[in-house]
Order: sequence, then structure tokens, then C-alpha cells
Amino acid sequence: MTLDPSVLKRSVVMLLLVIGALVSILPFYWMVVAATHSNDELFHSPPPFVPGGHFLSNIKDLESSIGFSRVMLNSLGIAVVYTLASGLISAMAGYGLAKYRFRGRGLLLALVLTTMMVPFQVLLVPLFQMMSNLGWVNSYQAVIVPFLANSFGIFLMRQAFLDFPDELIESARIDGSGDIRTFYRIVLPVVKPQLGALAIFTFMSQWNAFLWPLLMLDSQDKYTAPVALYTLVGGTHVDYSGLILGSFLATLPLMLIFFIFQKQFVSGLLGGAVKG
Amino acid sequence: MAIPTHPASGPAPAERPPEIHTAAQAPPPRSPLPPSPLPPSATRLRAAGRTRRRPRVVHWAFAGPAAALFVVFFAYPLGASLYQSFTNDDGGTQTWAGLAQYRRMLHDPVFWKSLWNTGLILVFQVPLMICIALVLACVLNQSWLRFKGTWRIAFFLPSVTMLVAYAVVFRVLLKTDGGMVNQALGWFGVSPVDWLNNPVWARVSLIGTITWRWTGYNAVILLAGLQSIPREQYEAAAIDGAGAVTTFRKVVVPQLRPVILFCSITSTIGTLQLFDENFVLTKGGPDNATMTPVLYLYKVGFDQMDFSYASAIAWAVVLIIGVLSVIQFRFFGQSDRAASTARSERRRG
Repeated sequence: MTLDPSVLKRSVVMLLLVIGALVSILPFYWMVVAATHSNDELFHSPPPFVPGGHFLSNIKDLESSIGFSRVMLNSLGIAVVYTLASGLISAMAGYGLAKYRFRGRGLLLALVLTTMMVPFQVLLVPLFQMMSNLGWVNSYQAVIVPFLANSFGIFLMRQAFLDFPDELIESARIDGSGDIRTFYRIVLPVVKPQLGALAIFTFMSQWNAFLWPLLMLDSQDKYTAPVALYTLVGGTHVDYSGLILGSFLATLPLMLIFFIFQKQFVSGLLGGAVKG
Repeated sequence: MAIPTHPASGPAPAERPPEIHTAAQAPPPRSPLPPSPLPPSATRLRAAGRTRRRPRVVHWAFAGPAAALFVVFFAYPLGASLYQSFTNDDGGTQTWAGLAQYRRMLHDPVFWKSLWNTGLILVFQVPLMICIALVLACVLNQSWLRFKGTWRIAFFLPSVTMLVAYAVVFRVLLKTDGGMVNQALGWFGVSPVDWLNNPVWARVSLIGTITWRWTGYNAVILLAGLQSIPREQYEAAAIDGAGAVTTFRKVVVPQLRPVILFCSITSTIGTLQLFDENFVLTKGGPDNATMTPVLYLYKVGFDQMDFSYASAIAWAVVLIIGVLSVIQFRFFGQSDRAASTARSERRRG
């Protein structure tokens, strides 16, 4: 019995794909399983393979141990405020850099590009000292404000505005529209897609941010999700099922965003390097 | 000869190909349109010449907030950390110390170990991950494959998990007693592995964890690159009698160069900035086997409160990232776009 080579090839390919996909997906499945079992059941041999009935009690435990709903709201609030504010600042600066000439424009552009090249960890120590001096330690603004000027966002928006025809801005001006009004009534609506893509990325990176919030936030009522999860790991008596449940819930918003905005995702990943 | 016409001034005279006027030929008649009512500067928004009606302030107003934020929260701290790296930190007061911190770094076994660990990841994990991702991308690009979108989601999903959350999950999965990984190994008669407490296995765990998260992400990027290769090129290769391997080597790889460069630069930068994963998994242990420069910077700066030395370590990281990026550029050829976006992504790829 001889096999058609193309059939053989396809079965090998499919096998590889299935194995790879299983490796990718199994931890997610296990998260759901672990989050719905009690601690004892989790490390029992044989381990559970299907979701159990401890979901609600695990949520209650998580709520009483770290005030999980508050933590998630903190994360959400910080991410939303940061996304909106840095998006506005990026759009404005991108527009200014693309369409105006002013003294110091070249310098600012150079600064934006420099920021992109320098890893932010270089700023950890001096920023920490600045926050201490300002008395901002353990405040939301300490997490949000230092990174509001987002070089990646400014660069992206500048690229978007460079393609915007000057004639339209000009004719708006002739019609008596001021610069600021022209900007938000005529120019901004056109770059909505780029703004949307930027917002998705900004939100996700802020949701993931760990090192800086870890340094800045001291009290549990201000913790963001990653910081709270980390504090759960370090204890002597670790509530593993609660920990996994928290991890799962903290990941859910990112997964939702991904499912809703898949298209922007893949094209945004490349930052326009390749037309995807 | 020709009158300047303004794009914004309504219908412009019809474009004509330039004509050579000989004596016999009359010059073309002038356009019957009235001259543009606009001052010549009106169309030159980007020109420096300003009309009086618009104060300069507005031009600054757009970029002003960003500029102010950059000066306060980037330029100033950048200078401050550079200065601090040349000082000695005695309980909050700094004294000039020249290159003392950098000399100390060169003789610091923990710092070298953190670089060594980073090097191991760069040499083993990054190429391995990009190769797997490339294979995956090629497979996902097969024309006969169905449910492409679903496969793509399955492979991409790990990279949308929260960084700390996925590290936490792997920490629990890799628990020595009763962790799922050891239990699964037990079914095959393998005795439990001390994943996170043995220097060798801890490195393996860290590499495995990072690979799980980022392989699909890179595969999706490479797939986008593959899809931008015109079909004709494959067909031409097939007509020339090239097999799958030759096609891959001669068509796919050269075309994907910029994308591969993008992936390898983002991965390199991400590796050098590795913090979340090893901090959550092992805190840099056992015996600094998973220590990385950024985690070391964190420990020196915020556990030992030695800000000067921490700043010096930070600048070493900057330098290394710069050097490695340049080397990769040389290696893969130039691609400005890839690099600028790669750097700006600031994310482990």
C-alpha cells in the first residue's frame, strides 16, 4: 500500500499543527480547570481534568484575600485614563510635528526617536527619586504621568498625519476655522483607525505593566492586577486555585480585546513594516 | 514662465506637457482663469513664513504637552541617571566617583552571570523560537489548509496573556510536588523534576516559558510577511524546477529578511529587558541562574538601595542593546522601518 506523497505530507503537517496548537491552548484549559477546583483537589493525584464546582468559593476567597474587584478596577481605571490621555497627547504632538514648523521641532523629533531607542529601565532610579520628592509614591498619578508622552504613539500619529492632505487643512483655515477646531473636527476623524490601533496597544501595555507599578504602589487598595498577583505568589501558604483564577480573570480583558480587534492587531503588530 | 497655481485655489489650469517654443510657435495662451485670490504663502502650511492672523503659540500648543513631559520625565531623568552612574551613593548623598561603579561592575560575578544568562537565552531561545515560528508560518501559509483563522488564533493566544499572569501559571504548573508538569511526566514513569530550584532546570523552565508565549506571536508576524510575497515568485521557482527546500532558501528567506530582522531585534531587546518572567518564576534564583540585568538592577537599586550602582547597570544595558542592534543590522542588511518599529515596540518578541 503506497501513500500519495501529498497526502503523507499533509498528514505530517496537520500532526505538527495539532501538537503545536495543543501546547498553545492546554495551559488555558488548565487555567479554567484549576480556577474551578479547591486547592486540595488541584494537587490531588490524579489531577482534575474537567472544570469543578469551586468557582464561586474561589472568587469569594480571592475577594477577601486581596480585594480582587478593587484591584481589577484600579487596573482598568489606570489603563483607561492612561490610554485616553496619552492618545490625545500623541495625536496632538504627532500633528504638530507633521504639519507645523516651529522652533525646536527638529529637537523634539530627535527626542522622540531617542526615547524609542532607550530602554525605560534606565529611568527607573531617577523617576523613583522624583516621585519620592513629589510625594507621589503610592498614588495613581505616579503610575500614569511619567509615561504619558509615548514616543511610539507620537511617531505613529505623525506618520498618519503626514499623509493628510495640506489642502484640506488650508481650505478649513480659509473658511475661518481655527487651528484647534480644524484639528478635532476635520483631521482627527480621518485618523480614527490609527488612533484605535494605538489605543489597543497602549491599553494592553499598560494592563501588563508590572515593574513600575510594583515600585510605586505600596498599599493593597491601590494595587493593579499584576502587582496583586505577585503578592499572592510570595506567601508561605499559597492559595493556588485562587492565584490561577486571578491570573485567568486578569488575562480575560486582553483576550476580549484581541477577539474584538483581531484585524487591527496583526497589522498593528508590524507597525506598518509589512503590509499584513 | 508658468504662473504659480495653488492647489487650494479652485480649478487650476489644465496640466500641459512642457512644450518647446520655437520661433514659429506662439507661446501657449495664458489660462483664462483669474489669478488666485490667495497670497502665495497660504498654501505653504509647512513653510516657515507665518501670516499675522495665526499666532505662533498655536504651533507650539500641539506639541507642547509632549515636549514638556519629555523634558521632565525623560531628558532630565536620563541625564540624572547618567550622572548618578559616576557617583558614590552614601545613604542618599552623592559624591563624584568617576568610573568606580563601572569598575565594580566589571568585577561583579552576579552582573557577569546575569549577562551570561541573557547570552544563553539569546543563543538558544531566540534562534530556536524564530525557527519554529518560521516553520509554523510556512505551514499556516499552505493554500490547502482550512480554518486558517482558527489556527492563527490558537497560536497567537499565548501572547495576549497578561505577562505576570502567565508567569504565575507556569510557576504553578512547574511546582516540584504535585505540579501538572511533573504529574504528567509521572504517567510516563519519569521521576519528578525540581524545575524551579535546580540551576539547569530553572533556565530550561524560563526558556520554555518564554518560548510558549512568544513563538506564536512571531509566527503571525512572519506569516504576514509570507503573505506579502507575490504568488508569481513561487510559480517562477516551481517552473525553474526548484523543490520546496530550494524555494524556501532562495525565495522565502531573502524576501522575509526584513521581517526576520524585525523579529530578531524585538526578541533581542526583549531578552535584554527580561524581568517579569524570571522575577515571578524564580526571583532570579537558584544561585542567580536566572538573574538578568534588569532584575539585578532592580535588586541593587530597590533592595539594596544603591542607586549609583543601579544607574551604572542601567547604562550598561543601554550600551549592550545598542551594540547588539547594530550587529544584527549588519548581519541581516538594512531595514530602517523594521528597526524603528522594532525598537518602539518595547515588547518581548
